[in-house]
Amino acid sequence: MEKRLFMKGNEALAYGAIKAGCRYYFGYPITPQNDIPEYFSRHMSKVEGCFLQAESEVASINMILGASAGGARAMTSSSSPGVSLMQEGISYLAGSELPAVIVNVTRSGPGLGGISASQGDYFQATRGGGHGDYRTIVLAPHSVQEMHDLAMLAFDLADLYRNPLVILADAVLGQMNETLEDRPYRPLELPPKDWILTGASGRKPNLIKSLYLKEGEMEKHNWKLFEKYQSMKKEIRYEISRAEDAQMMVAAFGTSARVAKTAIQIARAQGLKVGLFRPITLYPFPDQALLDLSRRVKKFISVEMNTGQMVEDVKLSVARDADVHFYGHPPGSPPDPEEVFEAIKKVY
Amino acid sequence: MNPYFEGENFFERHRDSDMKQVFKRPASLRDIPFHFCPGCHHGTIHRLVAEAIDHYHLRERTIGIAGVGCAVFVYEYFDIDAAEAPHGRAPAVATGLKRVLPDRIVFTYQGDGDLASIGMSEIVHTANRGENITVIFVNNTVYGMTGGQMAPTTLLGQQTTTSPYGRDFNQDGYPIRMAEMLATLEGTAFSARVALNTPANLMKAKKAVRQAFEMQMNDMGFTFVELLSACPTNWGLNPIKANERVEKELIPYFPLGVFKERKGSDNF
Amino acid sequence: MGKIEVNRERCKACGLCISVCPKKLIIFSPGPNSQGFYPAEQSSEGECTGCALCAEICPDVAIEVWR
Repeated sequence: MEKRLFMKGNEALAYGAIKAGCRYYFGYPITPQNDIPEYFSRHMSKVEGCFLQAESEVASINMILGASAGGARAMTSSSSPGVSLMQEGISYLAGSELPAVIVNVTRSGPGLGGISASQGDYFQATRGGGHGDYRTIVLAPHSVQEMHDLAMLAFDLADLYRNPLVILADAVLGQMNETLEDRPYRPLELPPKDWILTGASGRKPNLIKSLYLKEGEMEKHNWKLFEKYQSMKKEIRYEISRAEDAQMMVAAFGTSARVAKTAIQIARAQGLKVGLFRPITLYPFPDQALLDLSRRVKKFISVEMNTGQMVEDVKLSVARDADVHFYGHPPGSPPDPEEVFEAIKKVY
Repeated sequence: MNPYFEGENFFERHRDSDMKQVFKRPASLRDIPFHFCPGCHHGTIHRLVAEAIDHYHLRERTIGIAGVGCAVFVYEYFDIDAAEAPHGRAPAVATGLKRVLPDRIVFTYQGDGDLASIGMSEIVHTANRGENITVIFVNNTVYGMTGGQMAPTTLLGQQTTTSPYGRDFNQDGYPIRMAEMLATLEGTAFSARVALNTPANLMKAKKAVRQAFEMQMNDMGFTFVELLSACPTNWGLNPIKANERVEKELIPYFPLGVFKERKGSDNF
Repeated sequence: MGKIEVNRERCKACGLCISVCPKKLIIFSPGPNSQGFYPAEQSSEGECTGCALCAEICPDVAIEVWR
């Protein structure tokens, strides 16, 4: 039976990362994720790791690139505007096939926006975000336990696929305090890192790059990346609850899913048969699972803290004869369970 | 000397007597409460800038560019045109604006994270090009708005939330002396460092801010004023002790003075 | 002969004016403002010279001075 801890989401994530062998953190302060660099500043030296506050997010992501090329488990964290700054670097990581973990503790936007939670970065996270034809794995925790557990999983998935991975959290998850089980890190089976840059001693030189100028190379590289992203579908994770007799499913991730759980309790208490479909991997998106569900359940409502992003993926996934509705609560504060229940009731 | 200064301020009479008013809020500083912490020097610096703007009657042709940090609300407090720049990019935004409107007075207002960390490239290149703008640099050795993390100007040994064991030069290098560094660039016309922790220092600060604006009015090139400031909240000191820290710890490493002062304009 | 007026609602009781007044005329008022700060005020004793050091040092532009 594991020890129970009481931690803030941001710190639980950092704690999980260190457990999974993350020994390099480069980041820059931005509200609401400062607890993450601050945690690393206190703890990295205790595990002989490296914490460095970079001069900006642009510098941070490029430091990650260097550390990853050297074979290290490296992580950075930021929030929306800072993640925008990292997009060029993330594109480079993807093109160079380098593992890295990037945490986005989403705040409000666009622009300077505000420091309260939102889910307005769903598109940015799941559609590559930067230039070029690439994807990052996207994990969406919805509790402090998941902030911890998914941080551990993140490094393994990034290494397994040699790809950048985004943990898409939000200001509420980052700041809230909850109990969690101090679960151990259980590594996946991973291939050796024989491609890293350590000095070509006794082997042919390794090269980390994303530039392909020769005839046919670029096309080949892009298809290679495409095949990799297809193979990532084995990593799809989601949670389905109360679906057995459901007439309608709420689709939600992160903090919206937490609120939706309560809204569904209210609905159930009033006799409405509603269930929850909660994607945990936003990329690859659990489209097959949604399609299967929609053969029986014909009404969906996507509940998000934005003006309509994941709903597009829900619409793309479900059967043609299923209705998909949307309830959006843009940034400012998370929605109340009561208002989500009202939205559910309206289309039930 | 200076064609814009017309003379004594208008004196109001006190309602209870014949006394003249000798100190009041400058007109271009809006009459609203500051959100800054008790003892924070941002309020003082806002006032000094507003006094300079009013002294030369610049309000209607001045545009302020706000950085990101506690300085971000500059446009709430000044009754002038203003823009918000992304973190660190204010000098670049100011460059664009001044190139379009060279006869306006353009200033940026930036903290140590905005200017010396993420904005280091922009400030160096803007100074190097000799852009005819004024940069107000608030150096309080921490990141204030985000809760007290280390800044490029954090002193060795100083504890911050991201240097909990004290700044160590093996890890993070030495604090950066911006005023001296920018003074080495040909494009810089005026680079000075001042402090606000005592009335005497404050008077010299007032002079430096005025001079920076005056030199911009005379098209003399890039002007830069670094103001050593207190951050009582993130230093964990009360305002009086915070001012003592400026004297005992900041000034020895960041000496006060004028590091570059061009006498004539390069622009003909 | 001088006089200061402190805007009670703007004062954040930072104490800087009290520390710079050469005649030690400024005190914290016995009652708080609506923010909970006990604002500075000119005590009734002593002669203010209107030097305005208090107003110059005040970060909140909360003091006006007459002379």
